[in-house]
Amino acid sequence: MSTLLEVSAVSVSFDGFKAINDLSFDINEGELRAIIGPNGAGKTTFMDIITGKTRPDKGKVTWGETNISLLRKTEAQIARLGIGRKFQRPTVFEDQSVFDNLVMALKKDRDPVSALFYKRSTVDIDRVNALAAEINLSSQLQRKSGELSHGQKQWLEIGMLLAQDPRLLLVDEPAAGMTVAERRHTTDILREAATTRAVIVVEHDMDFVRQLDCRVTVLHEGSVLAEGSLDHVTNDPRVIEVYLGR
Amino acid sequence: MRTRSVIYQPHVIVVLSLLVVFTVAIVSFSEAAGGFLSTSLVKTLGMTLCLCLVAIAMDLVWGYTGILSLGHFAFFGLGGYMIGMWLMYARTEQIVIEAAAGAPLPPTPQEIQDAIGTQIFGVVGGSDIPAIWMFAGSLPIQLLLVVLVPGVLALIFGWLAFRSRVTGVYLSILTQALTLALSLYLFQNENGLRGNNGLSGLQIIPGAEDVPQSRISVYFFVASAVALGLGYVLSAWLVSGKFGSIIRGIRDDEARVRFLGYSVEHYKLFVFTLTAVIAGVAGALYYPQAGIINPAEMAPIASIYLAVWVAIGGRGRLYGAVIGAAFVSLLSTWFTGGRAPDINLGFYTIHWVDWWQVLLGLSFVVITVYAPKGIAGIFDVLSRPAKTSARPVKTAEKARAS
Ligand SMILES: Nc1ncnc2c1ncn2[C@@H]1O[C@H](COP(=O)(O)OP(=O)(O)OP(=O)(O)O)[C@@H](O)[C@H]1O
Ligand SMILES: [Mg+2]
Repeated sequence: MSTLLEVSAVSVSFDGFKAINDLSFDINEGELRAIIGPNGAGKTTFMDIITGKTRPDKGKVTWGETNISLLRKTEAQIARLGIGRKFQRPTVFEDQSVFDNLVMALKKDRDPVSALFYKRSTVDIDRVNALAAEINLSSQLQRKSGELSHGQKQWLEIGMLLAQDPRLLLVDEPAAGMTVAERRHTTDILREAATTRAVIVVEHDMDFVRQLDCRVTVLHEGSVLAEGSLDHVTNDPRVIEVYLGR
Repeated sequence: MRTRSVIYQPHVIVVLSLLVVFTVAIVSFSEAAGGFLSTSLVKTLGMTLCLCLVAIAMDLVWGYTGILSLGHFAFFGLGGYMIGMWLMYARTEQIVIEAAAGAPLPPTPQEIQDAIGTQIFGVVGGSDIPAIWMFAGSLPIQLLLVVLVPGVLALIFGWLAFRSRVTGVYLSILTQALTLALSLYLFQNENGLRGNNGLSGLQIIPGAEDVPQSRISVYFFVASAVALGLGYVLSAWLVSGKFGSIIRGIRDDEARVRFLGYSVEHYKLFVFTLTAVIAGVAGALYYPQAGIINPAEMAPIASIYLAVWVAIGGRGRLYGAVIGAAFVSLLSTWFTGGRAPDINLGFYTIHWVDWWQVLLGLSFVVITVYAPKGIAGIFDVLSRPAKTSARPVKTAEKARAS
């Protein structure tokens, strides 16, 4: 398996505070990876760096077969390269219908003129319907997304990610605020997604991570503390110390 | 396929039908048709239609895309200046040539140019025709400039501002600064646009001097109505499809749109420039009806009023902008024209000419705070009962959310 994304020796500080400290990380094509770590470990900041929201002070972030650098690219360019992101706080376009949210995310030309002359084909409508079925929102397509429950908004956002058909999905705390049943379905969606693309999931909930059944990276104070299977890292004394020492 | 479906949207059908009925009524009862509507009233109404058009532009850029531009009235004024240059030049040229017809020797082209220059720029102590009047003799070129000058200015300004990700109140201040700079520039006598005198006599159309103003006013009224109708349909088309989804997304959560892979800057630039062009066209139709344009028209306050109209009418829907512009500008004409009866309170007399601004300011505050959907929000209230019975859950949830 070839490396899809490589983050090497990246650091970033906010007003002197080192949020990310000499962090190195890589993920292969089609891999599912969980990232855990206490509050403030730098998990969200790590995603900010990959997606171009935050520029690191030093280090490299390279992408794809040709190892292109992501550091000088805008958020939109990075997204178009095939990196999709779900935010910690669900962010969907609340004023618009579930259907319109999904259509907006569908993988299509992103320039204004194409958007202006875009016509929904039956293929697109079928795709939206299939996605809606996958995220359990088939009956909600015409509702304003602002009226959805918290968990449904999370699903919609995951659906919008899948609609972009990215090569790498970054998913920040997808199960927050979900019921047990909703969580289980979310695990299914993510594992299904990981059969065709790489997925990085940030999550606090250990049960959820166990369900994902994948390699785990533990972040602490802005760098990687441990990496391996969930059992491996949870038995690591440093990890126990970090989690219990809080 | 989609263009057709836009025309079938209920609000488009209603607005276009009302516009047609209104136009036919005004034309039939105009002075030109022997009716009771005075020429000046027809002109006021025609101008109001132009204000509705620029308000739609403002709604697109602010209500839909979330860019609170406080400079769109400057683009409106620029459109007026561009057409005004031709109107004034072509008419002066005719006068000069007619006057010279009686002379024993036919005048040289240079003499004609000098005479035109003296006539137009005498008031600011000049006689040379400035370089920016180079094309003033050509109607097609000046018409092109009506579109190009606001368009290119908006493109350059927008490119600089959006590229540096200036947003929110900073962008508003920047657009206001642009407007101020432009109007201060126009106030200068040396700028080649006659300083604070502005351009005048614009109601007289070169080549149509014999046509009475009553007829001219009807022509311009109809042209304004057609422009408004086209502008409405174009805007409805723009906001209805995926493009509309994206710009509303930019308004509500710009960062999210970026992470979907859309270059937000390009969309903003597109809307900003397009609406500047629409504003320019509206201005070019407005000022020949007003008869005069001067830099005071483009003062920063005018662009702020534009935002006030849209807010009062109801931003984020096109008919809201139309209602706001028509309602407020007509009321404003009525109040400031001295036609509103003063109210004598015994100890104090309310002169509406002075108090109208206060009333307008208060309504703005009240509407923004208590009825953010503006006047157009009334239509939601009117159509609510039907929806409630169909989807009781939805309404209940809405009530909880708000
Ligand atoms: N823009 C910013 N300015 C200043 N400090 C920041 C900024 N963004 C993040 N931080 C700080 O960097 C550290 C890492 O934050 P980050 O949000 O990445 O943590 P996290 O691992 O996602 O935590 P959580 O589990 O709470 O979501 C925190 O101490 C946070 O306060
Ligand atoms: Mg976080």
